[in-house]
Amino acid sequence: MAALTPIYQKPFWLVALSVGAFGGFFGLVVGTANGNGLLGLVVGALLMIALAWGYLNLLKNEGNARGITLAIGAVAGFSLGGLPGGIIGAIFGAVGGWLIYWVHEGRYRAFLPPYLTWFQVLWHYGFRVICALIFIFLITPILVVLPLSFNAENFFTFTPEMLRFDPEGYSLKHYRDFFSNSDWQRSFKNSLIIAPIATIISVSLGTLAAIGLSQAHVPGRRAIMAILISPMIVPLIISATGMFFFYSQIGNWMEGTLGLDKTFVGYVKVILAHAVLGIPFVIITVTATLVGFDRSLTRAAANMGADPVTTFFRVQMPLILPGVISGGLFAFITSFDEVVVVLFVGSASQKTLPWQMFTGLREQISPTILAVATILVAISIVLLTTVELLRRRSERLRGMSPG
Amino acid sequence: MSDVTDATTAKRGPTPDDGLRIADSKDSGPVLSADGTPLKKSLRRALRMEKLRALALIAPLLIFVMISFIIPIGEMLFRSVENQIVEDTIPDAVRELRQWDRDEDELPPEAVFEAMYHDLFTASEAKKHTRLGSRLNYEESGMSSLFRQSGRALDDLGDDYLDALEEIDPDWEEGTVWYEMMSGGEGAERDTELSSRVVGQISNLEETFLPDTDAFAPSQAISELLPRTAEAYTRFAVFEALVDERDITDRDPWENVYPALIADMKSADVSGYDGPHADMLRELKSNIDDFEAPNYKAAFAAIDEDWAAHETWATIKAHSVRYTNGYFLNAIDMKRTPDGAVSQPEDRQILVKLFQRTLKMSLIITGSCILLGYPVAWILANLPTGKANLLMILVLLPFWTSLLVRTSAWKVMLQQQGVINDTLVWLGLVGDDSRLIMMNNATGTIIAMTHILLPFMILPMYSVMQTINPSYLRAAKSLGATNWTAFWRVYFPQSIPGIGAGSILVFILAIGYYITPEIVGGTDGVFISNRIAYHISSSLNWGLAAALGSILLAVVLILYWAYDRIVGIDNVKLG
Repeated sequence: MAALTPIYQKPFWLVALSVGAFGGFFGLVVGTANGNGLLGLVVGALLMIALAWGYLNLLKNEGNARGITLAIGAVAGFSLGGLPGGIIGAIFGAVGGWLIYWVHEGRYRAFLPPYLTWFQVLWHYGFRVICALIFIFLITPILVVLPLSFNAENFFTFTPEMLRFDPEGYSLKHYRDFFSNSDWQRSFKNSLIIAPIATIISVSLGTLAAIGLSQAHVPGRRAIMAILISPMIVPLIISATGMFFFYSQIGNWMEGTLGLDKTFVGYVKVILAHAVLGIPFVIITVTATLVGFDRSLTRAAANMGADPVTTFFRVQMPLILPGVISGGLFAFITSFDEVVVVLFVGSASQKTLPWQMFTGLREQISPTILAVATILVAISIVLLTTVELLRRRSERLRGMSPG
Repeated sequence: MSDVTDATTAKRGPTPDDGLRIADSKDSGPVLSADGTPLKKSLRRALRMEKLRALALIAPLLIFVMISFIIPIGEMLFRSVENQIVEDTIPDAVRELRQWDRDEDELPPEAVFEAMYHDLFTASEAKKHTRLGSRLNYEESGMSSLFRQSGRALDDLGDDYLDALEEIDPDWEEGTVWYEMMSGGEGAERDTELSSRVVGQISNLEETFLPDTDAFAPSQAISELLPRTAEAYTRFAVFEALVDERDITDRDPWENVYPALIADMKSADVSGYDGPHADMLRELKSNIDDFEAPNYKAAFAAIDEDWAAHETWATIKAHSVRYTNGYFLNAIDMKRTPDGAVSQPEDRQILVKLFQRTLKMSLIITGSCILLGYPVAWILANLPTGKANLLMILVLLPFWTSLLVRTSAWKVMLQQQGVINDTLVWLGLVGDDSRLIMMNNATGTIIAMTHILLPFMILPMYSVMQTINPSYLRAAKSLGATNWTAFWRVYFPQSIPGIGAGSILVFILAIGYYITPEIVGGTDGVFISNRIAYHISSSLNWGLAAALGSILLAVVLILYWAYDRIVGIDNVKLG
C-alpha cells in the first residue's frame, strides 16, 4: 500500500508521552511482580523518555538506537527473570525502539487519509488494539493447550521448568500415554469407525436431497427444508433424549428379532444418530453450491444425448463436488466432535474420543486430554485448510474471483 | 413439400413441427403439443413429472429424518403428558375411585380397598408396584416406600385364610384342585369375556401385547358363582402362563384368591353347583360362619397407617388420569393436587429459577458476543481481502476446533491452579491465598461459552457488513456528520440484520447448551439442559424431563421461526 500522507517529524512531547506511557505500563507490570508497582511505573516511564531523548538528540542513528534498546531490554530482563525474562525484555526493547521512531518521524500517519484529526488517528490505532485483544481472546485457549500438552509433569499449568525453557520441563509422555493407553486407543478407533460411515450416509442422502430441493418446482419446499435443518436447531439434549428412547427400542428389536451382535447393533445405532446430525450441514453447503450452478449445462448435456445419470456424474457432480466435500467435512467434524448423543445412545463399547475426553474432564484423570486436544487441533487445521482450498476452487470453477 | 402425410412423415413419429402444423391447420381449439395432446395437459404432465422427480430425490432423506429424528422427538415430548402407568397398574382401583367423592372427609368405600388389594397384589407379583410407587413419589414423597412395603405385606391376609381353609379340607392348598375347580373340567363352558379382560389388564401392566386366544378362562358356572375368586384366579393363571410361561395346572394360586373365596362364599348359593370339587365348596359353605368376611380397609391400615389417610387416596385419585398436566406443572414449580394446581413449597422451587438463569445467562452471553464480535466483524469487513482472510483464520480456527478441546482449554485456564490465576499471582495482582474462583460457577460458564459461540456471531455479522458500501460513511462525514453520528445513523442501522442473525443464532445455541456448563458450570452455572439430562439419566423422572424439554424446544422453535423470517434458513452460511 502506498503512503497516503506526507509525513514529518513530530515534537518531542508527543514522543515522550507515548513512549513514557509504554515504558510506564511495562514498568508497572515488572514492578508489581517484584513488589513495588509505583516505583516500576516511574522508573519505566523515565527510562524510556531518557532513552528517546538521548537517541533523538545525541545518537541520531535509528539502526544503532534500536539495536541498543533491544540489548538493554534483553540484559535487564535476563538479570531479573532468567531466559524467559530475557526474551520478554528483548521483545520490549525491540518494540520500544521501534515506537520511538514511529512516533517521532510521524510514520503512523503515512497510511491514513491526510484529513483525519488527531483523535481519529488515536481511535484508529486504539480500535486495532481492541481488536487485537479480542483476537487474542479467541486464540489463547488453543495456544495455551498446545505447550501444556508437552508438560513433563502431570499438572494443568506451566511449571517453572517450562517457563525457563528447560528441556527437562518438556516431554512427549502424554502423547506416549495416548498412543499406548488402551482406553484412549479404543475410543480413537471408535471415532474413526463411526465418523466416516456417518459422513458417507449423510453426504449421499443429503446431496440427493439438496439436488431435489434446488429444482424449480418442489411442493412444500420451506416445510421440507425446515424438517431437514431441524437436527441443527433442536437443542442437542432434546435430540439425544428422543434418540435414546427410539434407538433403545430399535436396538432391542435388532438384537431380539434379527439376532444381531450387540456390539454391531451399538455401532449401527450411533452411526445412524450421527448421520442425522450431519445432514443439515450437507444440505446447507450443497444447496449453497447449487445456487450458482448453471442449469443450461444439464440441458446441454441432455441435448447431446446423455441420460440423467451420465449427466449427473459427468457434468453436475464435478462442479458441485467442492460443496459436497466441504459439507462432508462439516458432517465429519460434527460426528467426530459429538458427545451428548453418543453418551445417550451408545454403550461403553462405542466410547468415542470426545466421550473419553468428557469423562476425563469430569473426573480429572490426566493431562493426556491436552495431548489429545492438540492432536484434534491439528486435525481441525487440516480440515480448515481443505475447506478453504475447496471454497476457492469452487469459486474459480463458477467463474467468481476468490475472496 | 405439399403432402403432409407422406411415407417418411408417417414413419418417423411425432416431431415438434407436427404440433405447429396441427395448430396451424385448425384455427380454433386448444394449442397442441408435438404428439397431438393439448399443450396445457402436456405441460401439466411435464410439471408433475418434475415435481415427482424432485420429491423422489428428497424422499429417502426426508423419510430417514422423519423416522429417526422427528418422530422420536415427538414421542419423547408426548411423555410429558402421558400418565397411563397409574391406570395400567391398578385398573380396578382407579375405576372404583372414580365413584368416590374426595371432598368428603371419609375414606373411600370398602370396594376401593378391595380392588386395590387385588390390583396391588397382581402388580407386586409382576414387580411393577415399585414403579407406580416411584411415579407417585414425584408428587408426594413417601409414596415410594409405602408401595414397596405394602407389596411385601399383602401376602399375610391370604395366608391367614389359607390356614383356616386347610383345617376344613387340606385339599384347599392343592394347586391341582384349584385348577380343576376353576376351569370346570373338560368341555365346560368358558367365561372368555373375563379372560380377555384380564389378558388386556396384564398386557397393560407388562407394557407388551399378549394374545388372549390360548389364555386361561374359568368356567362360566364358577365365574357366575364366585366372581371375585374367578377374577383373582384368572389373573394368577394368565400372568403365570403367559408372562412367566409356567405350567399352571398344578401350581398353587396367589394368596389373594383365599380372601376372595371367603368374600364370595358369604353370599354364594352352592347348592345347585355340580362342577368339579362341588363337595369342597358345600363343606366350606356349611362352615362359612366360622370365617370373618375380609376387612380390606383394616388390613391396609395394619400395613401402614398412611393407607388410612385421606390424603393418600386423594393423591392417587388426582394422578389416576391417563393424560396429565402434572409434569408441566412440576416444570414450573407447581404441582397437581386434589385441589387443583398449587405452588410447590418454597424449598422445592428450583426450576423456574433455573429457566430464568438459563435465559439470563444466554442473554449475557449473547450480549458479550455482540460486544466482542462487532469490532472484529467490522475490521474483517474493512481490511483489504488478503489481510482479512489471514485474520479470518483466527476466527475460523476456534470455530473448527473440537468443542471439548476448547472447553478443556478453559478448564485449564480458569481453574484455581490454572494459567490465569498463576499469571495474576506472579504479577502480584492477586495474593496466593486469594486466588480468583472463575470456575464451577456462572462466571466460568459465561467466559467459556462466550468464547465458544463468538464465531457464530462474527460470521453472520461479517457477511452483512461486507455488503455495506463504505462510501456511505464517507458521504455522511463529508456532509458534516461527526464520527459518532456517521457511525450511529448511517453504518449501524445497516449492520443490524447481521447483529440480529448472529444474536438469534447464538441465543438458540446457548439456551440448549449442555457440555460446557456441565464441565465448567459447577452448580451455579448449569442450564436447564443439565437438569433435563439429570432427570433422564439419574432420577429417571422422564415425564418431567420431557416437560422441561418441551418448554425449551418451544422457546427454541419460536426463535428459529423468527430467524427464518429475518434471515431465511436458506441463507445460513458456514465458514
